[in-house]
Amino acid sequence: MALIRLKGGRVYDPAHGVDGEVRDLYIRDGRMVVPAADERVDQEYDVSGRVVMAGAIDMHTHIGGGKVNIARAMLPEDHRGDRLPRGELTRSSCGHAAPGTLATGYRYAEMGYTACFEPAILPVNARQAHMEMGDTPMVDKGGYVMLGSDEFLLRMLAGKQDQAAINDYIAWTLHAARCIGIKVVNPGGISAFKFNQRNLNVDEAHVHYGVTPREIVRVLARGLDDLQVPHPLHIHASNLGVPGNVDSTLATIDAAEGFPIHLTHIQFHSYGTEGDRKFSSAAGRIAEAVNANRHVSCDVGQILFGQTVTASGDNMAQHRNAGHASPRKFVIMDIECDAGCGVVPFRYRDQNFVNALQWAIGLEIFLLVGDPWRVFLTTDHPNGAPFTSYPHLIRLLMDKSFRNEQLARIHPDAQAMTTLASIDREYSLNEIAIMTRAAPAKILGMADRGHLAPGAAADITVYREDADREKMFTAPEYVFKDGEVVARDGRIVKVVWGRFHAVAPEFDRGIEKGLRDYFERYLTMRLENFKIAEDEMLAFGHNAGLATHPCRR
Amino acid sequence: MPPQPSATTIANVTCPFCGLACDDLSISIAGGLIESRTLKCPLAERGFAAGEPATPRVRGKDVSLERAVGEAAALLSRAQSPVIGGLGADMAGARALLALADRCRAVVDHMNSRSKLRNLLVLQDGGWITTTLSEVRNRADLIVLAGTGVVSRFPRFFERCVWNPESMFSRGAPKREVVYLGRGLDVSAGIAPDGTTPQVIECEVARLGDAFSVLRALIAKQPLQCAEAAGVSLEAWGALLEKMKAATYGVVVWAAPDLDFPNADLAVQSLCELIKDLNRHTRFSGMPLGGSDGDFTANGVQMWQTGFPIRSRYARDGLDYDPYHLSAERMLAAGEADALLWVSSYDERRVPPETDVPTIVLGRAGMKLPREPEVLIPVGTPGLDHAGHFFRSDKVVALPLRQLREPIAPSVEQVATAIAAALPA
Ligand code: SF4
Ligand SMILES: [Zn+2]
Repeated sequence: MALIRLKGGRVYDPAHGVDGEVRDLYIRDGRMVVPAADERVDQEYDVSGRVVMAGAIDMHTHIGGGKVNIARAMLPEDHRGDRLPRGELTRSSCGHAAPGTLATGYRYAEMGYTACFEPAILPVNARQAHMEMGDTPMVDKGGYVMLGSDEFLLRMLAGKQDQAAINDYIAWTLHAARCIGIKVVNPGGISAFKFNQRNLNVDEAHVHYGVTPREIVRVLARGLDDLQVPHPLHIHASNLGVPGNVDSTLATIDAAEGFPIHLTHIQFHSYGTEGDRKFSSAAGRIAEAVNANRHVSCDVGQILFGQTVTASGDNMAQHRNAGHASPRKFVIMDIECDAGCGVVPFRYRDQNFVNALQWAIGLEIFLLVGDPWRVFLTTDHPNGAPFTSYPHLIRLLMDKSFRNEQLARIHPDAQAMTTLASIDREYSLNEIAIMTRAAPAKILGMADRGHLAPGAAADITVYREDADREKMFTAPEYVFKDGEVVARDGRIVKVVWGRFHAVAPEFDRGIEKGLRDYFERYLTMRLENFKIAEDEMLAFGHNAGLATHPCRR
Repeated sequence: MPPQPSATTIANVTCPFCGLACDDLSISIAGGLIESRTLKCPLAERGFAAGEPATPRVRGKDVSLERAVGEAAALLSRAQSPVIGGLGADMAGARALLALADRCRAVVDHMNSRSKLRNLLVLQDGGWITTTLSEVRNRADLIVLAGTGVVSRFPRFFERCVWNPESMFSRGAPKREVVYLGRGLDVSAGIAPDGTTPQVIECEVARLGDAFSVLRALIAKQPLQCAEAAGVSLEAWGALLEKMKAATYGVVVWAAPDLDFPNADLAVQSLCELIKDLNRHTRFSGMPLGGSDGDFTANGVQMWQTGFPIRSRYARDGLDYDPYHLSAERMLAAGEADALLWVSSYDERRVPPETDVPTIVLGRAGMKLPREPEVLIPVGTPGLDHAGHFFRSDKVVALPLRQLREPIAPSVEQVATAIAAALPA
């Protein structure tokens, strides 16, 4: 097969300590290779002076599943502002806050992203989530399946079932729902809301089961460690958006008892109650805790100003926030004794004190967490902002003077409440490559993604160097997916379908006996139909494949 | 699936013949024939009943599938303003039809859009708080049926979600209170297994919107000028409101096709706002039943791929969504469409609207058409002739459909893909 050379690029491959060295890279059969000494190069791309990184990986982006489709249904007015007509290669779709899957795939690839992970798959809705991700072209994909407010787990905990049984249930769920990780959203809170509880603190008991969020976090974090699932428990902590929630976030770290955890959209969980308005930044305390606890990672969920839509499994928090909807509409759902969801359109304004401070808090966290391997670049698309704003966010991180210019425009009281202006740090290209490539692949257990060593998949992004980092990261010169050029200068030149990624830890099949009985007695779907077969995944994903990664940490 | 020589029973079969998508059917097959009379559901019995294999036709003459596909492609490629209507298909069929629509810049509309819009417009205007079948089955202590008897359209609703013998949060059968709102409804299914009869508030269904507004005013303690609403006294509505407020998990069920009166979307909106009001203190949810004929399947795919719901046009400069103007029926009647591709793979009775524009029909085998279309291609039924996927009424659960017999006709996916492939590049 043809040997391709990328000649003379400045390579950033932090997984192997390569920090901007000029190197040639070789591709054959979609993989990075070391050619034999005398081997003929069939095709060459002169990328001298260019910045070369592995394809970017978004480890937390709401791209598929029921609540995303509700958001789409709710927002025709937003779609109308960003219609994608059919092109020679691409299909009609729409973009912005709740884009169609087709536009999602095209736009991620145009920005140099080659893999995306949907972080909130309800077990009972997993089939739909995979259908939607399967219809997302260009990128590889996978998802985290939600446990922690499903009645089955809460019944197990209330019935004092042992960790081994819980581990079987976790593994069974990963397998049945074909996911790569487990997420917990407002632990126990989604179920508690169905019992009319409106808040659930880390040590507060669920009114029916008597179980606390602390217990749920502990058994799930430990279970994933026992099962050696690479991705640690992905936690959307208690009290999303509530002033003072820094305490429950720190209590959640404590609840994990040293087992690895990932705290998602941590910006929304880093609020204090200081000042006249009883709303302040607790980014310093949060960053300190993340820095001190090496088993903790986070993604930020940066907000950026403008119209978006928030979509979450956290029906309790979304119902609490529904009054802030803009435009004024919202959807709240209780779902199948399994989970829930809430969709609330939202417009973040720089002249709104709270929004302005949220913006600053997110940036403070980025800049105060020292280890780029443990803080990931996300806007929690679309909750903080649509993913298309990543290049702008990268510029905010890499360019202090630009950041301070933006800071000068926000609500003056928010400026007074943030330490942002005093932080000098600017992210380097190497650090950006860590947080958007090497670290996400590592934390997901994908050995052949996020780096450029021989054997890796040839997902590669080639940027033209530009002091304006926003411009640079908006439209890379070349994007290779599995060794083929799929986007050039921010335009799709070939449509491909990426594969699914999942894990399948072992479990005792005996767990199905109790589960089958539970499904038949209480639910309105049979266990056999709940489980997603491998051939269904292939059909959903246009036969691009399903990669099952080994479980080891 | 190989032909079944002797009788077999297949368990956990999903039924796609209404939006409930029951997946607990046991289907007996003997000599390739499905024993459908044991299904205890009239719609399922009908749906799983045998169909006759049929041949494609072009202008009334039997032709090969290839010929019919070629004719369909030629007809669509000549059209300036084609409409793809019906859209009664499974997920893969919907994917293929929408890809075809994108190729020929068609308008897409579903046969149930008219009633479904009564809900969609509310979702887009104010949103709602809703719940799903298993939540009702386990939690609901008050079930209000607004303007519908439910069972004529969703036969097993009460069996599966109301009169279940046990629930997670009750000892024994869950205690329910059932209240119907409407005159002349079939309320027999609302009689509890212990013989308790449901309450019926005999109001005018067409004026339910007034009743919901009154309930909202009563919650807000606003003074009311009227003495009655929808033909029922304020005292009676006040008593219902107290019941709703006292419920721990109340649910209002409605079926949009049964709310067939002018401005029904406003009545639904009033109801959804009432439910929001009730959630200030207790938990209360709506349950809009729908999804029959693959409605939510086709809409789901269209929405996730493009962002826009059905009643959209794949126009040259991007998608247009217009819930009023892009009705297939209206466009045909107004002479704005010049070709129609009609798809109904679940139900052979759902024939295209009357029109004299060139028509292609992908119909469940056995479809009887009042006018011979230019092209007729009999298609298999998802969940019977081929495997597939179907979205249930709550839009959350997508169920796998199985192949139960040797297919008597190709699938919608196969035919639509073949038509797209036969279009000039
Ligand atoms: S109620 Fe509906 S889904 Fe259930 S068996 Fe009858 S027709 Fe089929
Ligand atoms: Zn998220």
